Amino acid sequence: MNIIVLVKSVPDPAAKVGVRDNKIVEDGLAWEANPYDENAVEEAIRLKEKYGGKVTLITLGPKRAEETLKKMLALGADEGILVSDPAFEGSDELATARILAAAIEKAGGYDVIWAGWTGVDWNQGIVAQAVAEYLGVPHVSFVTKFEVNGQTARCETEVEGGREIIEVDLPAVLTAMQTLNEVRYASLKNIMAVKRKTIPTWGAADLGINPAEVGKGAAHHHLMKLIPPPERAAGRVLKGAPEETVQELVRALREEVKVL
Amino acid sequence: MANSILVIAEYRGDNVKRITFEMLQAGRQLATALGGSVVAAALGSGGLAGLAGPLGQAGAEEVILAESPDLADYAVESYTDALQQVIDAANPSVVILAASPRGRDLSPRIAARLGVALASDVTAIEASGSQIVVTRPVFSGNAIASVALETTPTIVTLRAGSYPPAQAEAGRAAKVTRLPINIEYAPGARAVEFKEVKSERPDVTEASIVVAGGRGMGAPEHFDKIEELADLLGAAVGASRAVVDAGWRPYGEQVGQTGKTISPKLYIACGISGAIQHLVGMKTSKYIVAINKDPEAPIFKVADYGIVGDVFTVLPLLTAEVKKAKTQG
Ligand SMILES: Cc1cc2nc3c(=O)[nH]c(=O)nc-3n(C[C@H](O)[C@H](O)[C@H](O)COP(=O)(O)OP(=O)(O)OC[C@H]3O[C@@H](n4cnc5c(N)ncnc54)[C@H](O)[C@@H]3O)c2cc1C
Ligand SMILES: Nc1ncnc2c1ncn2[C@@H]1O[C@H](COP(=O)(O)O)[C@@H](O)[C@H]1O
Repeated sequence: MNIIVLVKSVPDPAAKVGVRDNKIVEDGLAWEANPYDENAVEEAIRLKEKYGGKVTLITLGPKRAEETLKKMLALGADEGILVSDPAFEGSDELATARILAAAIEKAGGYDVIWAGWTGVDWNQGIVAQAVAEYLGVPHVSFVTKFEVNGQTARCETEVEGGREIIEVDLPAVLTAMQTLNEVRYASLKNIMAVKRKTIPTWGAADLGINPAEVGKGAAHHHLMKLIPPPERAAGRVLKGAPEETVQELVRALREEVKVL
Repeated sequence: MANSILVIAEYRGDNVKRITFEMLQAGRQLATALGGSVVAAALGSGGLAGLAGPLGQAGAEEVILAESPDLADYAVESYTDALQQVIDAANPSVVILAASPRGRDLSPRIAARLGVALASDVTAIEASGSQIVVTRPVFSGNAIASVALETTPTIVTLRAGSYPPAQAEAGRAAKVTRLPINIEYAPGARAVEFKEVKSERPDVTEASIVVAGGRGMGAPEHFDKIEELADLLGAAVGASRAVVDAGWRPYGEQVGQTGKTISPKLYIACGISGAIQHLVGMKTSKYIVAINKDPEAPIFKVADYGIVGDVFTVLPLLTAEVKKAKTQG
């Protein structure tokens, strides 16, 4: 089974990201794999362990994204490809998806393509489904359980009011939720092996992409302002014995919040 | 229709969901600014006529009922085709979908097909001249972005709780247009089963009050105290990731970065520390109450009303007082 995983390098999701001059403050910021992409990599490796085959990770990003790719490779993936070109900088999600779709075609055959359900950076959740549209394959979003049955797969997905079971013809694009699996730790052996791996870099020319159709100039939306979130007005800690604080709270719920 | 705003309705059976009225409110404000009108569309296999009344009363000037037997079960490819046909018919400048699992599944596919701008999970949609500018919390709530969308149409998904629901006016009615939908191929991804998670309580994304518990509740069985207060208030039950990961509560209740993002009128956090990944999911609630025994807990920084104390003392007292207040009317 040929499995492709789309991995995005994002600011450390546990860090407090600062904002200055309409940009995030990058000094001292660590870059990690998008957390849901880790679930996607984990699921891909489990599929390979069960059915055999190959796991290929693809990242579109600047040179530094190679580190993220290596960390994910060390979980037990076979190949990593860095898709990088100055012409790609500032691409919107649809252009990113076009470039990734071209890279997936170049990487050879695929049965399953995994991605994360959204990037915790810009919280768009667009690229994976757009890749599916451009490749002309079905997709299933928000997968929490996955099982292959021959030429189709059974996906449990998270929707409002319950769980929907979706049957999908392969090949297909799938997006991972946090509850899909528990991500393993990289083994020392794998970490050492990754050090010797060469990671090919593919640019616009390798992928037959016209630089004019991607990058900042071709983006369908542009950022006008990036500001820190408004602080909530300082709250009030109610003082007194428990009975008093509760009475005061109930008074506020009645008179100020007006829910009683 | 030039400058029309197309709202894709979410409904269940004959009921129009609250988020749809919120989308209509956003749509009406935008239509006023742009000098356009609001068109609502419902997609489904049939029997949608009953939705036209409430949609019209809430301010949709036209309601498109997009029906096909092929839309009986949700399939993203069929729904993408159907939505494309609705967009062709309505020719809108902006398409608003809910930032629900469905909306976020469908919107990228249609945006990719049409090659147009899409902004997900927006909290405001405004017109700046003829340009559409949206507000979106990004980087786990560490920043707020204003983004200009530069195509026609543009597509947005709207976060629940960002707008008040449009109010019904009895005298209003929409023009109803039936649009038979033609789906030409069998979809590759098909819903085959729905496992309803039965709950007597509303979902966290739908409720105007949420009572949430964290690790400070000590054990799964202690959530009966949360449930009791929630039921008294007609509220939903929410949870932190710590208790979901521990298997105390279902994932559907999780609030935060990797769970649901909500803006209820009132959020009561019990035994929740207020980690940034939790705050991002509920910080925009209108009022926040925190009960925590640690006065330094970060949740107090966002709480309008904080009680420093043990949940096992405070919650029963609170439940009793609320009960008293309710019976006194
Ligand atoms: C990538 C990523 C994504 C995440 N996504 C989410 C998410 O979506 N949602 C989420 O919630 N978290 C998320 N987290 C986890 C988050 O960082 C916290 O670990 C989590 O929110 C903590 O849950 P908690 O407040 O219940 O537990 P704790 O942090 O352990 O806090 C328990 C609180 O209860 C108080 N307490 C204890 N006993 C009592 C008592 N008897 N009475 C009163 N108070 C008491 C304590 O003082 C403490 O403040 C994420 C983390 C990461 C890295
Ligand atoms: N630059 C990228 N390189 C590789 N994968 C990406 C990239 N951007 C997005 N993806 C994938 O698409 C998912 C959704 O990202 P987004 O649409 O940016 O929120 C991510 O979880 C990744 O799996």
